[in-house]
Parts: sequence; C-alpha cells; structure tokens
Amino acid sequence: MRVVVAMSGGVDSSVAAALLTEAGHEVIGLSMQLYDQRETVDGAPAFGSCCSLDDLHDARRVAAQLGIPHYIVNFEREFKATVVSNFVAEYAAGRTPIPCVHCNADLKFATLAERAAGLDAAAVGTGHYARVLYDEDLRRYRLLRGVDEDKDQTYFLFTLTQGQLAHALFPVGHLSKPEVRAHAARIGLSVADKPDSHEICFVPDGNTAKFVERQLATAMPVGEIVTADGQVLGEHQGIHKFTVGQRKGLGLSTPKPMYVLKLIPADQQVVVGMKEDLGGVSLDATGVNWIAGPAPDGPTRVTARIRHRHQDAPATVESTGDTTAHLVFDEPQTAITPGQAVVFYQGEDVVGGGWID
Amino acid sequence: MLRYDDAVRIYLDYNATAPVAPGVADAVCRVLTDEPGNPSSIHAFGQRAKARLDEARQAVAALIGAPAAEVVLTGGGTEAINLALRGIAEATEGAGRRHVIASAIEHEAVLITLKALERRGWRVTLLPVDRTGLVSPAALEGVLDDDTALVSVMHANNEIGTIQPVAALAALARAKGALFHTDAVQSVGKIPVDVTALGVDLLSLSGHKFGAPKGVGALWVRRGVRVTSQLTGGRQERSRRAGTENTAGLAGLGVAARYAKDTMAESSPRIASLRDQLESAVLASVPGTAVNGDTSSRVPNTSNISFDGIEAESLLIALDLEGVAISTGSACSSGTLEPSHVLQAMGLPSPRTRNSLRFSLGPATTAEEIHIVTTTIPALVEKLRRLTRRVAAVGVSH
Repeated sequence: MRVVVAMSGGVDSSVAAALLTEAGHEVIGLSMQLYDQRETVDGAPAFGSCCSLDDLHDARRVAAQLGIPHYIVNFEREFKATVVSNFVAEYAAGRTPIPCVHCNADLKFATLAERAAGLDAAAVGTGHYARVLYDEDLRRYRLLRGVDEDKDQTYFLFTLTQGQLAHALFPVGHLSKPEVRAHAARIGLSVADKPDSHEICFVPDGNTAKFVERQLATAMPVGEIVTADGQVLGEHQGIHKFTVGQRKGLGLSTPKPMYVLKLIPADQQVVVGMKEDLGGVSLDATGVNWIAGPAPDGPTRVTARIRHRHQDAPATVESTGDTTAHLVFDEPQTAITPGQAVVFYQGEDVVGGGWID
Repeated sequence: MLRYDDAVRIYLDYNATAPVAPGVADAVCRVLTDEPGNPSSIHAFGQRAKARLDEARQAVAALIGAPAAEVVLTGGGTEAINLALRGIAEATEGAGRRHVIASAIEHEAVLITLKALERRGWRVTLLPVDRTGLVSPAALEGVLDDDTALVSVMHANNEIGTIQPVAALAALARAKGALFHTDAVQSVGKIPVDVTALGVDLLSLSGHKFGAPKGVGALWVRRGVRVTSQLTGGRQERSRRAGTENTAGLAGLGVAARYAKDTMAESSPRIASLRDQLESAVLASVPGTAVNGDTSSRVPNTSNISFDGIEAESLLIALDLEGVAISTGSACSSGTLEPSHVLQAMGLPSPRTRNSLRFSLGPATTAEEIHIVTTTIPALVEKLRRLTRRVAAVGVSH
C-alpha cells in the first residue's frame, strides 16, 4: 500500500521509512518545514535547530538512499497557528506546555495526515516509539507503549483518536533504540549515528522565556515571589520564566533552597516553598481522550505519568465529564505541573490522557 | 515523454531548466575529450579552445542581435545579473549617482543583489506592477530622478511569463541619463530578443533555460558602458570576468543558442498553441481556476494558474506522483513553497499567492503529454478540495 512517512531527518523516522520500504510498501517521505529558517531577531536565529535545513537535507538524503520520493511541505502557518501560539499562551498563563503533543495532534496526525490522504496514502508512519494494535474483541485500536521502555513516546500521543490510530504506523515501536541505530548502520543510512534531539526544538538555545517574550511582543507583568502563607520574598520579571518544581533562577537568598510550588496568573504571583511541599496526590485533567475504550464508569486503577521523564505511578482515575477526569495517586508525586499532560496506563496499554489543569 | 527512475514522466518545468538541445551534449563531450586547451594559452591547444569560445560568443550574440565583442560569457544567469548590477554600481558610484530602480517582481538574483547595494548606501526603489504583472512606464517616470544610475526590469517574468514593455521603460531611463539592464533569462531562446530594439544597455541571459548546460550564461554590455569585474584575477573576457572559461559548457551554450535561433520561428507558435490548449482545458474542466498574468503580452511557453481551495504544494506533489513535473515560481532554500512575491506584488488575494502553479512547456512537449496532464488534473483537484472542505468542516482537533 501507499504510505506517507513523516521524516524529520533523525534516525528514528529514517529507520521507520526504511522498514516500511523493506516491507514492500510504496513509501513517500514528507518532511515538515515549520518555520522560516532565515527569520532572525537582532541577528540571532528566531527559532531553534530542530527541523533545520540540515535536518531536511538529511531526510532528503535518506529518502534518496531508500529510493523513495521525498517532499518538504511548508507548514509554517499551521505551526505558528497551533503549536507556537499555544506554547506562548500557556507560558503567559502560568502553565508549562508540551508542544510535542500539539505537534503530533495538530500537525503530524492532522495536517500531514490530510496531505497524505490527498496523495491516496493509506497510512502515516512516524518514528515514534509506540505501538498500535487493532483489537478484534474491543473493535478498537489500542495504543501500546514502545518496546524500549526508556524511549517510549506514548506520553506524546495521548490525543490520538481512533480515526487517527487507524491510519498510524509506528514501525520502530517494537525495536529498542540500539536496534534502530543498528538497523540504520546495517543498511548504511547516513544518519545512523546522529544524536537524539532534546529540548523544545523550536526554541533557540533552550531560552524559553526569551522566546515567549519575543513572540508575545508585549512585556510580561512583573510580580511577587511569595510563600504559601503570603510572605513576600522578592520580585520576579514575569511568571512565564517559571515552572513548577523550579529551583534555579529565583534570585532568593534563603537559608534553604526554595522551589516553585505554583503560579497564580491572576495575581502574577510565584508561590515558593520547601522541597517537601512540592508533593501532590491529586489532579484534575481537561481535554481527556480515552483510547482503550469509552470513558470508564467508575474509579479505575491505572498507573499515571505526569511528565515525559516521570516513572508512572499507581493511581485511581475517574471520569468527571465529557473530557475531564480526576486522578488520585497512591503516593504523593513531585511537581504536578499545570499544562503538562497526564497519561493513564494499564500495563502496556494507554488508557487515555489529558492536560493537567 | 522522458524516462526517468523507471517511470514515464512528463516534464512541464522548462522555466526551471530545460533538457539540452540537440547537438549540445555532443559538443560538450567533444570539448571535454578532444579539445583540452586553455583559451588563454598561446599554443595550438589554446588557439583551438579560443576558437570554440569565439564561436559560442558569436552564436549568443546572434541570438540577441548584438556584436560578439560586447558579450561577456559567464557562469550562468545569476552571475551575469550580479556582474551587471554590482559592476555598474561600482563603476558609476564615483560619479555620484546612487539610486537604482527595479520592478517588485524581479527574480531573487536581482532583488537580493539590490539588498546588497542597499547595504553599501544605495537607494533602491521597487516599481509596483498592475494586476496582470505589468510595470507601467508612468510609474517609472514618477520615480526616476537625477540620482538614478541604473534601472533593472526583467524582460519576461519566470512565474507568470508576462513580458514587460522594456523598450518604453529603457527609453525613459536613458532620457534621464540612467543605464538600463534587463534580466532576459526567461525570454532569450523563447521569443526573439534584439538588444537594439529593446534599447537597453545591459542584458543578462542563462544558457540552461534554452537547452545549454547549467552553469553558463552571458551578459551583454553595450559598447562604452563600463562594468567593474566582480571576479578579479586573469584578464579573460576583456577583464570583465576573470577565471579560465568553462569551454565545454560554453561550447554547449553556443550550440543551444544557434539551435534556438534556427528553430524558434517554428517551435514558438507550436508551444504557444499547446500552452493555450492546456490552459483552456484546465479552465474549462476545473471550476475555480484562473490564469495569472497578462495573457496578451506573455512568453509562449508559460501558464500560471490558480486553483481555488487547495494548497499548490499538494497538487504539485500529487502531480509528481502521477509523473507530471511542474512547479510554482518561488521556492525557498529547503525547496518548499512560499507565498509568491510576484503574485503578492500583483495584488492578488493571499490564498491565490499560495494556490497557483506554473506550467512551463518546451520544444519537446507533445500534444499527447498535454492531453494526459489535462485529463489528470481535474480528479486530483477535486480530491484535494474534498479533503480541504472536510478538514475545514471538522476544524483543528485539540
């Protein structure tokens, strides 16, 4: 069948394209150009290094090696309208967003999938470490963790609908990262040793605050740094510079290190406290998507992950509305951060997920 | 039709580049294998190479109605344009004039080079175009002043094919004591070009647009007009372009120039007729389409068509997967499509600057190919529109 592979120029999506080609599919490589590479602010690049020209050239080279057609599609407008605008608005509202989820939900499995359909492709393949399986009994598509536990990327895929999963292929989901690299090396792909990407790809030098300020084009209001009981410890230059759990950059001289406990956008306040105050046991989630089945009737036992690099912990989740849920962990978890995703698992299955409110 | 990657493909992107004309590959090969001399050498090898170069220069000169001695052979159209703009700027700025005028729809080779002139203190004025892509002489007259050293307006536009009233524009410039350069990259080889009739002072051309190899071109400079060489070194090309000449490529340029001159009277109306067939068939079979650019003053091979309700990029890719190679005029460094600065300058609404495709035909284009293309397009457009409508109805999911 004809399939489109979203090729970033990295080793995972390159091997995904290779595996689908080897499986006999007619593979078309598409790479997304997400922002104008020439755009600069005061002479410095306005955007970060991911999906840079070098990455796009890498993707093109891999496609040539595989003998498949490859096109770079211009999603600058869509990227700005969905991923970047949401990212900036979330920070301005005192939350800590994960643009990668929006990039998957609103670009790869939306705009790109639509382009793929226009090319008569039956599916969209990506280099995600995740697996999708059709369950005959449930008559549903199930989303399963990638076999490589350390690389599992289902946290970034919780929004996928049954319709999107039906057309999704994750060819590296049953491989470990070393196996992916080995496969790339074996077939001589030029990107076999390319380092993994880190950080928020479109933010240059990892300086999120500066990026948000530039995109907002208005100054963020200054505010106070306070303790939970209201004692003012200092001032700050905008809540977008803070995230729950943050210790560095508070500019406080306190005997013990202080941590950001929460952000109160209405008052422009940053609430700080001791490390032990960071723990939380419950959260409310919005934008909840139930993958493994319809919303459960009552309290359901799951393990839940509140950050990409969080070890999922036992919890009980309950649906509280069409797209909302309440979750209680068995043990307190450090830094439950509004804006991040919470994803519910049962074993290898992604039960669902939502946004931490 | 061309065979390429085991597929039969239809090539309708001649404004990007053209396959070599008959005899060109042989001429290039002959120079590479049998005539290894350096044209600057005194010995027999050098003399032979020099003779080849002069043949090429003669052929190029004949194609544009110029004396051979006024033709500077270059490494392509962009180099010729750079030599013209930068070379004139450097040669004239001592006299005090530091204003240059160009049209808003020039090729990047001109627009980006003018930005460089701006950085060294030149004043740049870009002339607007009307809805059909034409520059009006009145607009030029309004911005010409005693400070204007140079006016550069392209002969034919690469995206829409519109031919500018260069003769009228050049007359105005010269009356004000300004020099006139025309980027004729998209007209030379397609329509008769005569430097005397155009009344210009400099004219740039590119070989590969009419069947020469890539990387060769020429700048014609009217006798008496000084340009400062942009490549310093040896005294090749009468000290206007240093560096050992690309003898093989330039031999190919000569053959292509002769071929174009000899066959243009026959091929040009034939290509225009195929282009018109393509255009009328697409307009008739696909609702929501329109031709961009002036249709009466246009090179015979180019058609730029808007398709409402789709992204040009999607149709371009879908057509490529069907074996039909077309393009839009503008591509950024990664090769993706950007809103066309030409269509923007024409004042077209924003969607139309992103939903337009350029079909550019050539001497090898056949009626059968046009038939295949025109019968392929309607279904592809309908499918893409259906998807776009569905997505618009559903909205972006979060």
